[in-house]
Amino acid sequence: MEIVRPQRKPPSGDAVPTLPLYRSAPPLEVRLEDFELYAMDRLRVLKGISDGLSRGKKPEEMEKLVTDLWKTHMRHPHAPDAANKDIISHFVLRLVYCRTEELRKWFLSNETALFRYRFLAQTPEAQRKLMAEFDLPYKAVSSTEFEGIKDKLSQVARLLGHSLPASDALFYKVPFEEVSELVAGRRVFIQKGYAYVAMNQVVSLVVTQFRSLQSKALILTNRKWTSTIREEEKDRLTPIVEALCTSYLGPDYSQPKEFSEVSIKDINQIAKSSFPLCMRHLFEKLREDHHLKHGGRMQLGLFLKGVGLKLEDALAFWKAEFSQKVGAERFDKEYAYSIRHNYGREGKRTDYTPYSCQKIISSTPGVGDHHGCPYRHFSEENLRAALCRMGVNSGAMEDVMEKVRNRHYQLACTITFEAIHGSSYDAGINHPNQYFTDSQKILKSKLHFGDVPSLKLM
Amino acid sequence: MSDDGREEADNQRDQMSIDAAEEVNPNHLKLYYGRLFPYADMFKWLSYGNDGKHPGCDASFFGRREFSFTLDNDVYLRFQSFNTLPDLENSIKDKSPSKIDIGPVYSVDPSKRHAYAQSGVNVFTPVERELVFDIDITDYDDVRYCCSGADVCLDCWPLMTVAIKVIDAALREDFGFNHILWVFSGRRGVHCWVCDGKARRLTNEQRAAIADYFRVYKGNENSGKKVSLAGPVLHPFLVRSYADFLKDFFETKLLSSQNLFLTEERYEKILEMIPDNSVTSELRGKWQQNTRRSSAPKEDINLVRWAQLKSTLQSGKQKGQGLRRCVEEIVFCFAYPRLDMEVSKHMNHLLKAPFCVHPKTGGYLDVLSVLEMNASAMKEDQFSHITRCYHVILSGRVCVPIDPDNCDEFDPTRVPMLSQLLGELNIEGRTADDGNVWDGTSLGKSIRFFRSSFLQPLLKSCKEEIESSYSSKLQQSKSSISW
Repeated sequence: MEIVRPQRKPPSGDAVPTLPLYRSAPPLEVRLEDFELYAMDRLRVLKGISDGLSRGKKPEEMEKLVTDLWKTHMRHPHAPDAANKDIISHFVLRLVYCRTEELRKWFLSNETALFRYRFLAQTPEAQRKLMAEFDLPYKAVSSTEFEGIKDKLSQVARLLGHSLPASDALFYKVPFEEVSELVAGRRVFIQKGYAYVAMNQVVSLVVTQFRSLQSKALILTNRKWTSTIREEEKDRLTPIVEALCTSYLGPDYSQPKEFSEVSIKDINQIAKSSFPLCMRHLFEKLREDHHLKHGGRMQLGLFLKGVGLKLEDALAFWKAEFSQKVGAERFDKEYAYSIRHNYGREGKRTDYTPYSCQKIISSTPGVGDHHGCPYRHFSEENLRAALCRMGVNSGAMEDVMEKVRNRHYQLACTITFEAIHGSSYDAGINHPNQYFTDSQKILKSKLHFGDVPSLKLM
Repeated sequence: MSDDGREEADNQRDQMSIDAAEEVNPNHLKLYYGRLFPYADMFKWLSYGNDGKHPGCDASFFGRREFSFTLDNDVYLRFQSFNTLPDLENSIKDKSPSKIDIGPVYSVDPSKRHAYAQSGVNVFTPVERELVFDIDITDYDDVRYCCSGADVCLDCWPLMTVAIKVIDAALREDFGFNHILWVFSGRRGVHCWVCDGKARRLTNEQRAAIADYFRVYKGNENSGKKVSLAGPVLHPFLVRSYADFLKDFFETKLLSSQNLFLTEERYEKILEMIPDNSVTSELRGKWQQNTRRSSAPKEDINLVRWAQLKSTLQSGKQKGQGLRRCVEEIVFCFAYPRLDMEVSKHMNHLLKAPFCVHPKTGGYLDVLSVLEMNASAMKEDQFSHITRCYHVILSGRVCVPIDPDNCDEFDPTRVPMLSQLLGELNIEGRTADDGNVWDGTSLGKSIRFFRSSFLQPLLKSCKEEIESSYSSKLQQSKSSISW
C-alpha cells in the first residue's frame, strides 16, 4: 500500500470480493487524511464490537450490532471506495495494533468477530465463494458416507434446532481440532477424529482460518514495523500510528459540558457524590497527604478541568493542598507551571484533554503512585474496602469483582455507578468525565425528592 | 497378598516395622527404585521413538521433558530433565523421590530455562504434552453412600470403571485416538494419558474443547439440579454413553449397591431433580406409605421405586420432553464421569507418573507443593477441595496401568503394595542383575500389560510417523532443489 498526498481517487477494482481476507496490502494510493480517517472509522466499529462482547451480547444481538456499526461508520457512497475503505482501514489498524501483545490480542479478537458476523450476513453463494478463497483442504462428505451417518447427523441437527439435513445436504469432514468451538459445545457430530460440519456451521471453520491468518500477519507486520517502517516513516506515519491506538473515540471532555462550572467550595461534596473511584481515590489521597506524584496530578488535574474547575480555581485548589506540605513558595515555583500547562497557558499551549478509561487502565502506576484504574490496579482486598466506603452493597460488590476477575474494568465501574445511583446505566463507562456528568444528571433529576448535592447547571 | 511372604520379608529386613497400608518406608522406596521401577519402559514411552537411530529422530526430545520430584523432606524439585536413560535412572535412584510428576516437553531443556530467558525472547514454552484426564472418587461424595472422602470399596469403585468405559469409548470412537493409557492414580481414582501424536500436539484451546465436550455438569451446590440435558434430543456421544454404559450400570449395579432409594433423605434428593410437583408428590405419597407397611422382603426397594419413578415420568399423561428427560438426567447425575477439568485444559499441568508408589508420609506438604506448582492453572475452590481430601492419600500402592477392555476386573484393593512387592522379591531371592526382577512379583502382570497393550503399538506408530514425516521432508527439500 502506498501513501501519497495527491488527491487522486484509486481506480475501481472489479475483482474485489464481497469480503476481503486482507491477505496482502493492496496497491492502492491513499490520501494521508483518509489514512487516518478511515482508520478512526474502523476503530469505532471494533470498539463497538468489543463493548458488545464484553456486555455479553448474544450472537443474534451481535449480528445486528455489527451490521449497524458497519453501516454507520464504514459506508461510502461509491461502492468501490467502500471496498477500498474497508481494506485500507484494516491495514492501517494492523500497523497500529501490531506493536504489542496486548494490542494484537485486542485487534485479533475484534477483527475476527467482525469477520464472523459479516460472513454470516453474506448470501450462501458468497459464503461458498469465500470458502473457496480460503482454499480449505476439506472435502464435502460423499453421499455414500452421508447415508451411513445420516441418523447421527440428524440427531445433532435436531439438537441444535436446525432443519433435518436433506439428502443432498452439504457437510464438510474436518479434523476436530479445527472446529474447537463446535466440539466444546457438542454442536457437531464427531467420528474417528473428524467433525462433520454442516453448511450453516462453516462460519466456525472459516473464522478459525481467518484468525490464524491474521495472527500470523500481525506478527509479520510487527517485525516489519520495528525493523523498518517505524524509522522510515518517523515524520509522516509513525506519529499517526502511535496516536491512533490511544486516541479515545468518544467526546474528549476537554471543554466542560453544558456550561457547567464548579467552584472550590462545592468540590468536597461533588467528589463524594459523583467522582468515579479512580478520581475519588486521588482526591482523598491529595487531601490526606497534601501531595500527589506526577501521574496522579495529571489524571486528577485534567479530570477537574473537564469537570469545570477554572484555571484560577485549580491553582487555588492545588496550592491549598500542596502548600501544607511543600510551602506556598515552592508550589508557585515548581507546581503552578504544570497546572497552567494543562490548561494550555504554558509551553506549546495545547489544551490537554482529560484521560479516558482506556488510557487510565493501560497506565502503569509505580511505587507511591495513586493514579491508574482501581479496578485494575488495586488488590482485591483494597478494592473491596474502597467500594465499601463508596456505599456499594454486597450483591453489587460480587458482580463488580466478577467483572474485575474477567478483566472488564469498565464494566466493573459501570456496575459501581449503577449500584451507587440506584439506576441502570446502559451506556457503559468509557471516560471518568462521562461518569461525572451522568452522575450529576441523575442526582439533579432526583433533586425534587430531596436535597442532593449537585452542580449548578446554568 | 501373601502373609507368609510379608512376615518373612519383615524378619529378613531386621524387624523394620512394616504396616504396608499405612506408611511408605523410605528404605523400601529405595529398594523399589533400586530393583523394580521400570525405567527402560518409561524412557521408551516418553521418547516416542526418538531414541532410535533413524535420521528423522529428534535426539533432544526426551531431554526437553520436565520431571518433578517430591523428596522425602518435602522438598519439591521442578524442571528436572534428563538426556539419557542412565541419567534418569541414576537421578531417581539417588533422590528416591516419594513422588514423580511428568510435565510437558518444552521448546528447550527445562533445566536450562533461565539461560534462555536471559536472551529476552520468550522461547521457553511447552510444545508437546499428552492429553490427560484425572478422575477422583472423592468428587463423587454426593452420590455414594458406602464411603466418603478417603475410602473406596468394591461398591463405589465401579463408578470409576464406568467412567473409564465412557471416556475411553469417546476418545477412540469420536476423537479417533488409539494410544490410551489408563492408570490407577493411587489417590482412589484414575488417570488417563492419551499419547497419539495428534493428542500430544493439541493446543490449550483444543484441549479445553475436548474437556468441554465431556462436561455435562453445570451449576453448583446451590443450584439444585447439577445435570441439565437441554434440547429435544441428546448428542450422539451422550446417547452412546447412556445406552451402552450408564443406564445399565445405574440400574443393575448402582441402584442397589448404593441403596439410592432406601431412605426418605435419599429419595428426596432424587425427587429434587424433578421439576414437577404433581409427579413428586405422587411418588412421595407412594413411598411414604410403602415405608410404613413393610414391603415384600424379596423385592429390592430401590429397584421398585426406580421403576415407579420411571413409569410415572414416562407415562403418557406427563406432557413435555423435560419430564421424560428427567430419567436420563438422574442417571447422568449419579453415574456420568466427573473429570477434573483444569488438569486436561493446560499443557503445563503436571501429572503423577505411572508406577509411582503413593506415599502417605509428607502427604500434606506434598499436596501444598502440587498446589504451588499448578497455582496458575488452579482456582481457589480447588485448593480447599484438595486440602479437604488430603487424607485420601494413603498406603504404598503402586500406580499400575488398568486395562480399559477388562476394567471390570480391576480391583483397587488388590493393587500391589510396596511392602508386598519387596516381600515377593525376597522370596524370589534374585539379585539385581537378573534382568527383569519384577517378573516374579505381582508387578510383573502390570508391566507386561503396559508393554504389550500400550508401549509396543505406540512405538510402532511412532516409528511410522517419524519415517513418513522424514520422507516427506526429504521430498520437500528435493523439490526445492529442483526449483
